[in-house]
Amino acid sequence: MLNYAFRRLLSTIPVLWIAITACFFVLRLAPGGPFDGERPLPEAIKQNLAAHYNLDKSLFEQYIIYLGNLLQGDLGPSFINQDFSVAEQLLVGLPYTLIIGGVAFFLSIVLGITAGILGSVYRNRFPDYLIGMVVLSGLVLPNFLVAPVLQLFFGLKLEWLPVGGWGGGAVSHIVLPVVVLALPHVARISRLTRGAMIEVMHSNFIRTARSKGLGSASIVWRHALKPTLTPVVSYLGPAASYLLTGSLVVETIFGLPGIGRYFINAALNRDYGMVLGTVVFYMILIVVLNLIVDILYAWLDPRVRSR
Amino acid sequence: MIFRKAKLAILESVLDNGADLAPGRSLFQDAVARLKRNKAAVASLIMLVLLVVFAIAGPWFIPHNYEDPDWAAFRTPPSLDGGHWFGTDQNGRDLLARTLFGTRVSLLVALIATVVSVVIGVSYGAIAGYVGGRVDQAMMRFVDIMYALPYILFVILLMVIFGRNVFLLFAAIGALEWLTMARIVRGQTLSIKQREYIEAARASGLGTTAIIFRHIVPNLVGSVVIYATLTIPEIVVVESFLSYLGFGIQEPLTSLGTLIAEGADVLEVLPWLLWFPASFLVVLLLSLLFIGDGLRDAFDPRDR
Amino acid sequence: MLALMAGLASAATINIHNGGDPTSLDPHKLSGDWENRIAGDIFEGLVTEDTKAEPIPGQAAEWTVSDDGLVYTFNLRDGVQWSDGTPVTAHDFVFAFQRLMNPETAAVYAYLQYSIKNAEAINTGEVAGLNELGVKAIDDKTVEITLERPTPYFIGALTHYTAYPLPKHLLEEVGDDWVKIDTIVTNGPYTPVDWVPGSHVTTVKNEGYYAADDVSIDGAKFFVLEDESAALKRYRAGEFDILTEFPTDQFAWMEENLPGQAQVAPYAGLYYYVINHNKPPFDNADVRKALSMSINREVIGPQILGTGELPAYSWVPPGMANYAEPYTLDWKDMPYGEKVAEAKSLLASAGFDADNPLKLQLRYNTNENHKRIAVAIASMWKPLGIDVELYNTETKVHYDELQRGVLDVARAGWLADYNDADNFLNLLKSTVEHNYGRYNNPEFDALVDKANATTDTAERAALLHQAEKLALDESAAIPIYYYLARNVVSPRVKGYENNAFDIHRTRWLQLVD
Repeated sequence: MLNYAFRRLLSTIPVLWIAITACFFVLRLAPGGPFDGERPLPEAIKQNLAAHYNLDKSLFEQYIIYLGNLLQGDLGPSFINQDFSVAEQLLVGLPYTLIIGGVAFFLSIVLGITAGILGSVYRNRFPDYLIGMVVLSGLVLPNFLVAPVLQLFFGLKLEWLPVGGWGGGAVSHIVLPVVVLALPHVARISRLTRGAMIEVMHSNFIRTARSKGLGSASIVWRHALKPTLTPVVSYLGPAASYLLTGSLVVETIFGLPGIGRYFINAALNRDYGMVLGTVVFYMILIVVLNLIVDILYAWLDPRVRSR
Repeated sequence: MIFRKAKLAILESVLDNGADLAPGRSLFQDAVARLKRNKAAVASLIMLVLLVVFAIAGPWFIPHNYEDPDWAAFRTPPSLDGGHWFGTDQNGRDLLARTLFGTRVSLLVALIATVVSVVIGVSYGAIAGYVGGRVDQAMMRFVDIMYALPYILFVILLMVIFGRNVFLLFAAIGALEWLTMARIVRGQTLSIKQREYIEAARASGLGTTAIIFRHIVPNLVGSVVIYATLTIPEIVVVESFLSYLGFGIQEPLTSLGTLIAEGADVLEVLPWLLWFPASFLVVLLLSLLFIGDGLRDAFDPRDR
Repeated sequence: MLALMAGLASAATINIHNGGDPTSLDPHKLSGDWENRIAGDIFEGLVTEDTKAEPIPGQAAEWTVSDDGLVYTFNLRDGVQWSDGTPVTAHDFVFAFQRLMNPETAAVYAYLQYSIKNAEAINTGEVAGLNELGVKAIDDKTVEITLERPTPYFIGALTHYTAYPLPKHLLEEVGDDWVKIDTIVTNGPYTPVDWVPGSHVTTVKNEGYYAADDVSIDGAKFFVLEDESAALKRYRAGEFDILTEFPTDQFAWMEENLPGQAQVAPYAGLYYYVINHNKPPFDNADVRKALSMSINREVIGPQILGTGELPAYSWVPPGMANYAEPYTLDWKDMPYGEKVAEAKSLLASAGFDADNPLKLQLRYNTNENHKRIAVAIASMWKPLGIDVELYNTETKVHYDELQRGVLDVARAGWLADYNDADNFLNLLKSTVEHNYGRYNNPEFDALVDKANATTDTAERAALLHQAEKLALDESAAIPIYYYLARNVVSPRVKGYENNAFDIHRTRWLQLVD
C-alpha cells in the first residue's frame, strides 16, 4: 500500500509540471500587468519595477528562473502583498481554508450520509420528501445567494451569529461559512447515499439477511452501509476540490483570509507568483486528498485492490 | 463537473448491464413508458418546455425590451398597472424583459458548453475504447491527469483571458468538461465492440473511423443524453458563479447568473431584482434535475 | 465583570472597514487610499493633516520659506522618536527622500515629489548621485528642502505618504525586511502589531508619539473586505465602526433606518470619460462636443447612483486651493431637449445620421457603478443614432489598454493628490501618461507651464483658468460628475469631520458608548 501511495505521488510530478507550465504562460497571455492601475506609472518607474522583479527578462528566462526557485522550495515574491512572500502568505491562509473546508467536508459527509439513509429508509414517505426538499435547495441555490440571506436572517434579524470575520476562530464565526460551504455537498452526498442504499437493500444478500430475521436497523448498519458508501467515497475526491471552489465565494462574502480569496485577488491583479503558488498548492492538496480517497475506496471495495 | 466521479460510478453501474441500451426497440419503448409514469419528470419536462418557449417568444409580447431604460421608472417595484410586471432595475430597464433575455443566454451558454463537451468526450472516449490497447491506456491516463487539475482555477484563468467573450469562454469550459463523458463513452464502447454486428462490419472491410462513427457512436445516444442532461444545470451554476466574480456577460446583455449576482446585493432594498431571476433559475435547474433523474431511472432496468 | 472588561477593551479599539488588502506598510510601495489610511496612522511626515485634512505641523514644529519660494527649512519638534525609542532626526528624512527617488526602490508614487530639486532627474536615472537631491540635513534637527520651481501646494504635498521619514538605523541594519510586522518601527500616533493578509491590520497606540496624551483611541483594526454589501451587514451587526464605502443602492434605506450615519461629502475628484483624439472621427471637436452635450448629467447622481453626485460641467472640481471659480461649460444651463437637438446637428455636420450612425466602443472597468453609468450614457446616446458597444474589462486590463491608447471613449477618474487646480489640469497635458485620450494642444501645455512658473497666486490662477476654458471648449474630455466621499460612521465615533480629501486620521477620533 505504501509503495502504491508513493508511486501515485511520484506520478503527479509530471502533472504538476504541466500545470505550472500551462499556468505560467497562460497568465502572461492575459492582457494587463501587475503594475497597471487607476494611477498610471511613469515609464521610468514601470521599468524600475520590472527590473526589480525580473519581469524585464525574456519570458522563457523568467520561466527557467521560476522553475529553478520552485525546485528549491521558493515560490517567489508576491506583488499584491509585498511584505509577504508567496509561501508566507499561503502559510497564513492555509489554516483558515483548511479549518473551514475541513469542518464543512466532515459535516457534509455526516449529514449527507445520515440524510441519505433516512431518505431511503422512509422512501417515498414524509421524511423522505422533507429531506428531498432541503437537498434540492442545496443543489439549485447558488452559494452567493444563500450566504447573504443567511447573514441577514441569522446575523441581523435573529442576532444569533456574527455576520462575518474570523473572530479568533470562535465557533459562532465558523457556523455560517461552514453551512454555506457544506450545503451543496450535503445535498449530493445524500442523493448518492439514498440511491445506493435503495439499490443495496434490493440485493440478494440483504434479502438473505432479512429472511434470517434481522431487524431493519441492524441490516442497515451491519450489512448495507459499507457497500452503500462506495459511490459516496468516490465522490469525496472531487468533492474536496469543489469545496475549495466554494471557498472562493465564502471567503469573499464572510471576509475570511484564505487561499481561495488569495487566488482570486492574485488572478485579478496579475500577481503571477501568487497565482502559480496557489495552483501548486491546490494541486498538491487535491492529489493528497484523492490518494486518501483511493485508499479508502480500496478498503471498501476489495475488487479495486486486485487491479 | 460537480459530481463527475460519483455520477460516473452510478452511471457505470447502470450501464454495466446497459449493454442492453443498444437499440432493442422494445427496451426503448419500455424506457419511454417508464419515463411517462414518472410524474415529476413529466411535469418537469412540461415546465422546461414552457420556460424555454416563454424565454424565446415572451419578448415579443411584452411592451419593453431588455436594454432601453424607462426614464420615468427607476427602481420601481413590480406592478400590474405600471407596465413593468417584474419592476425595473437601477437603470430603469424592465426586469421581465431582462429575466427572459437572461434565461435565453444562460440556456445558450449551457448548450454551447454541453455540446462542446459532448463532441470532445464522445469522440475521445469512442476512439480510446474502440482502438484499445496502449492507445487506450495513454488516452485514459491523460484523462486521469486532467482530473487532478484544479478545474475552477483554470476556468478563472480562462476567464481572465477570454473575459470579453462569454460564448468563447463557455466553449472553453465545455472543452474542460468532457472528461467524465469520455470515461462513460469509453466503457460503453468497450462492451459494444464485442457485439456481432461490429464484428460483421469489420469483416465487411469497413474502416476504423467509419465503424466508430457509424456503428458505435449511434449506440451511445442513451447514455450521452442522460449525462448531458445532468451537465446543463452544472454549467448554468458555473455561469452564475463566474457572474458573481464579475466575469459575466457584457452589458446590456445579461444572464440569469448575472441578474442574481446583482440582485443578491440589493435583496433588502430592491428585493424583486433578486426573487424573479432566482425563481427562474430554481425552476430551470429543478426541471433539468428531475428530467435527468427520470431519464436515468427510465433507462435503468432495475427498480429504484 | 468579565463582560464589563471585554466591553472596555473593545471600546478602545476602532474597527474600520478598509476595502482592499494593503500592498505593503512601506510608504514607498503604496498607491491606494486604503493603504494611506493605515500608513497615515502609523507614520507622520514633517507636515500632517488635521481633522479637515488641512496641513498642520507634524514632525516639524515650524518652517520658513525663502522669498523666492524655493527653499523650505523645517525644524523638527523636540522629542520626536521612533516606536523603538530612537529619536527621529533630519537624516531619517534625507534618507527617506533619497530612497524614494532611487530608481532601485521602484517607488510607484515617487513622481508626486518631483517638485523637489533634481528629484525627477534622479528617479528617471538621468542623474546618478542621490546626494544631488534637494533634501539636506543641516543638523540633526533641521531639514532643508530645495525645489525646482516655486510650488504653492508643496506644504500640502508633504502630508503625503511619499514624504514620510523612514527609520534609517533599522533599514541600514536589516534592509528591505524592516517592514516585516515583527521588525517595523514607526513614528506616527500608532504602530502596527498584527497583519493577516486578506483579513486585517491591527495597530496600537504609540506611547512615544509626541502627542500621545491627546490620542484617545487605543488602537485600530483595519479590515480587508471588498464586498461592500457584506461590509454594510457587518456594520449593522456592530462589527465595524466605520465603513469607508457603501453600496449606493442602500443610501435611501440607510437615510431612513440609520439616520445620520451615512456620510456623503464633496470629494476633490472628477469622474470623466476620455475620448481618443488620435482616432477619427473623435479628432473632430464637433463630434466630441455632441457626445458631451447629449449626456444628461443631472440624472446620474440622483437617479442612477442614488447618492446625489453633482453634475460636472468644469474640469477642476469646485473648492480647489489656489484657484477661483472653475470655468463652466457655456451650454450648462441649456434645457436638455435643446442640448440633444444641437448635438444632433453637430453630428450631422460631421456627416453622421441615422443612415450613417456613429459607432463607438465605450470602455469601463468592472464595477457596479461604472457599469450603470455606462449603460445609462449609452442609452442617452442611442436616440442620437449613435451605435454604442459597451466594453467591460477588469481594472488591470482597462488601464493597460487606456495607457496604450486602445479606446474610443473610456471611463476614467481622478482624485486629487494635493489641493491644487494644477493636479487636474495636468491630466490633459500632452506629456503626461494619464492623458489617456492623448489630447494634444501646445497652447494648453504652454498655459499650464507658464502658470506653474508664476509666483503670483492670482496670476497663476488666471492662467490655469484660461487653460481650463481652452480644453473644455474643445471638449478635450467629458467631465461627468464630481466625486462624493461615501462613508458610514457609527454614532459611537466622535470627532469625525467630512473633508474634501476623505482623510480621517484615527488620532483625532474618539469612541463613546
